[in-house]
Amino acid sequence: MSIAMPLPDAEVLAGRDGFLAALSRIVPGEGVIADEKGLRTYECDGLVAYRALPLAVVLPETVEQVAAVMALAGEHKVKVVPRGSGTGLSGGALPLTDGIVLGLGKFNRILEIDYANRCVTVQPGVSNLAISQAVAAAGFYYAPDPSSQIACSIGGNVAENSGGVHCLKYGVTTNNLLGLEIVLMSGEVVRLGGKQFDSDGYDLLGILTGSEGLLGVVTEVTVRILPKPSSVQALLLGFADVVDAGDCVARIIAAGIIPAGLEMMDKPAVKAAEDYCNAGYPLDVDALLICELDGPAAEVSELVDRVEAIARESRATVLRRSQSEEERARFWLGRKSAFPAVGRISPDYYCIDGTIPRGQLAHVLARMRELSAQYGLGVVNVFHAGDGNLHPLILYDAAREGDLQKTEDLAGAILRLCVEVGGVLSGEHGIGIEKRDLMGVMFTEDDLKQQQRIKCAFDPAGLLNPGKVFPVLHRCAELGAMHVHHGKVPFPDLPRF
Amino acid sequence: MAEILRPASAEETRQAVAWALGEDKPLEIVGAGTKRAFGHPVSAGYRLDLSGLSGIVDYEPAELVLTARAGTPLGEIAAALAQSRQQLAFEPADLGPLLGAPAESATLGGVLAANLSGPRRILAGAARDHTLGLAMVTGRGEAVKAGGKVVKNVTGYDVTKLMCGSWGTLGVMTELSIKVLPAPERTRTVLVAGLDGDAAVACMGRALSSPNEVSGAAYLPAAIAARSAVSHVAEAGASITALRVEGPPISVGARNEALRALCAGLGEIEELHSHNSATFWRELRDAAPIAADAPAVWRLSVPPATGAGVFAGLAGSEGEGWLDWGGGLVWWSCPATVAASAVVRQVAQAAGGHATLVRAPDGLKADVPVFHPQPAGRAALSRRVREGFDPRGILNPRRMGGPGWGET
Ligand SMILES: Cc1cc2nc3c(=O)[nH]c(=O)nc-3n(C[C@H](O)[C@H](O)[C@H](O)COP(=O)(O)OP(=O)(O)OC[C@H]3O[C@@H](n4cnc5c(N)ncnc54)[C@H](O)[C@@H]3O)c2cc1C
Repeated sequence: MSIAMPLPDAEVLAGRDGFLAALSRIVPGEGVIADEKGLRTYECDGLVAYRALPLAVVLPETVEQVAAVMALAGEHKVKVVPRGSGTGLSGGALPLTDGIVLGLGKFNRILEIDYANRCVTVQPGVSNLAISQAVAAAGFYYAPDPSSQIACSIGGNVAENSGGVHCLKYGVTTNNLLGLEIVLMSGEVVRLGGKQFDSDGYDLLGILTGSEGLLGVVTEVTVRILPKPSSVQALLLGFADVVDAGDCVARIIAAGIIPAGLEMMDKPAVKAAEDYCNAGYPLDVDALLICELDGPAAEVSELVDRVEAIARESRATVLRRSQSEEERARFWLGRKSAFPAVGRISPDYYCIDGTIPRGQLAHVLARMRELSAQYGLGVVNVFHAGDGNLHPLILYDAAREGDLQKTEDLAGAILRLCVEVGGVLSGEHGIGIEKRDLMGVMFTEDDLKQQQRIKCAFDPAGLLNPGKVFPVLHRCAELGAMHVHHGKVPFPDLPRF
Repeated sequence: MAEILRPASAEETRQAVAWALGEDKPLEIVGAGTKRAFGHPVSAGYRLDLSGLSGIVDYEPAELVLTARAGTPLGEIAAALAQSRQQLAFEPADLGPLLGAPAESATLGGVLAANLSGPRRILAGAARDHTLGLAMVTGRGEAVKAGGKVVKNVTGYDVTKLMCGSWGTLGVMTELSIKVLPAPERTRTVLVAGLDGDAAVACMGRALSSPNEVSGAAYLPAAIAARSAVSHVAEAGASITALRVEGPPISVGARNEALRALCAGLGEIEELHSHNSATFWRELRDAAPIAADAPAVWRLSVPPATGAGVFAGLAGSEGEGWLDWGGGLVWWSCPATVAASAVVRQVAQAAGGHATLVRAPDGLKADVPVFHPQPAGRAALSRRVREGFDPRGILNPRRMGGPGWGET
């Protein structure tokens, strides 16, 4: 447990009672949780290794309440940690002991379904899946589909810029978002975008998306919905060597085919999934690919033929195409239950999320095997191969002394490897606290300071979800200072015209 | 005349900005200069010309990613992509001719700084959706990077998005990585003649709600259609509603048939094949139907279903135009007067959208802000964001000026 959180503000801790009384005047009754048992429910998100009890949890029901809570917190210098469904995997919703958790769970209404403009406006606590379900009967869906879609909130999706297995073709959250209402730490309500395609002025909608709850609290979300494709078919492709599977991925893309989904599982993942849910996966393969194609029936069957031919050229040893919806669902079953399946073979697992250039797949997998041996911890791989987004699951036992530390070290080594080959620390799970201290591997101090200046524009006092994303907290005044060298910078030898 | 600084590297760019900062000399940031007439005139003693920062740095087709220096001409990039049968899917507009500059000379940095997307935006997303990462020099004279070179990345704030559409007022981009996609093998455009605005928007809405992956949906009143170089369009003698499908031949054939069926009975139906389709959509992409002597040119972004109503409302400004993006984008030209401008802004606003003054005499721009005025809260936020990047306001000062931008 090597990640340190900022020291709590003693004055805030001392003023807890007065603050809670004021909070209860804004959100009466059960909307404020302050007893230890109640707080336990909120002590962590999906990154369960890290836990903390907040000052209180507040569950407002209206934007006015959110605004008043934020303004009050600002006045009392109380930090605010927004929270959706708590499925985040990087500790973004980890409570701060001198802060409140602002839960959006009661913001659970679908506000408007606008088929004419092909968009839906919802409150942030609505689950990702609920949006697709609400428009399914009319033949539409919301494209980004994180595996946690039953539970995760759309507000959390916006905050993390979440992806899913279909984002290779349809994009991640930011590509499917039209409008937001946000509340700033000052209590000010600001609307960004709307129902039109492009928002005007600076792309604040774009910067909010993926900001991990550090810039504003999202209180309303408008997303695009898409007509459901008329036909879908999946291929299950097995390879005797993971290098061949990587080669197959590259060839599919190079052939001009963008599958709806292109997922890979390595041998241990295939075995775990098969043991867990009997999806019918072949066990004698080194790697398995699921390639899904969607579109008009004629196109899908032609593309399935083409992908099959490519897979043969890439020496696939198993080639199956789904002949029915039921079979397609079975192809996905193992992939979709890979996490719980791995949960069964190991007391604990730790999921990481780096992205690499596709061409580096085989190299990175081989290096990961070496690292796994070196650290003495098993690594199971399921990932979004189409866009190079890896999800290595490190197997460990939290009850065993030193295992978690070793796991974090191995995770760090794998993420450094991702950056080394031209990739990034996180493809879709966010930085949170988990990868916070690795930011320096990818960014210089100047890069990070510039990002923090954006935070200063939204939250000058640094009270909204501090301690997340950035390894070093700088005061905004310090970040604003400029060291200008009057006349000293020698005018460079620039050609003048 | 402004003095021109032409750095040949990112480091020279940084030195130039640092020097300007130290000397308090504002800079006008220019790629090829094709969009200098877009936005408020920048009065700066120095012009930072990025055309020397040219060339593709890295392009591996199987990665679907291309990295190039900011001043690389788009034509060079398109040519490289074409060799691997790939393209920039957001269909970047070439506004050179519209703005009195040469065609096909725009640079990558300029296109992304303006976030200009063409008709395919409805299916493929905007320029900002295809920009993966970049290196820039901020108004603080510091070289920083944002994003990465892979398609999926949530490491840190998405500063890349913020840079798209910032018109050089936050930082000077020196290198960009963009997502590229396979070019379609075939294109078909279904044309329906004679619809009025309401019927056209309804028809486009139905097409876009069908699973046919429509990649272009536009409505041209008869007078606009008559200006097309495509004879089927020009000689229709009626309004034209156009729906485009692209992809593998077999798929295009099937979707083309489906769209014809969907439009059956609405009006006379014609079809454009790949070559004519390319010409037709290029015209719309570049706003070619705008008359050369049109005094003021506007671009309205509105909720698509409001397109027909917006179109009707705009009639009060005595102009002409057409709809793209299924009704979500309106190109409009009208007199360069404050009164006509007020009508345009009011109509866009009432629909929930916004209007940008793309081309106008400087005289009009003195009275009418080019970019849609923002509500006070958002304007203040934008101003604070800018101050974080360019505290002294030395990069393209006043380019995005006007109410809501903290610069009068
Ligand atoms: C089994 C499992 C599978 C998963 N699969 C995927 C996957 O396929 N793809 C993927 O991208 N992710 C996946 N995730 C991660 C997670 O589900 C997503 O990050 C999701 O978007 C988090 O949503 P949430 O509502 O649970 O957010 P939380 O965990 O509550 O919060 C996440 C972050 O968002 C902030 N936040 C939440 N709501 C708001 C708001 N309204 N306004 C401002 N900030 C807010 C929080 O402060 C925090 O920083 C998975 C997680 C699990 C447990």
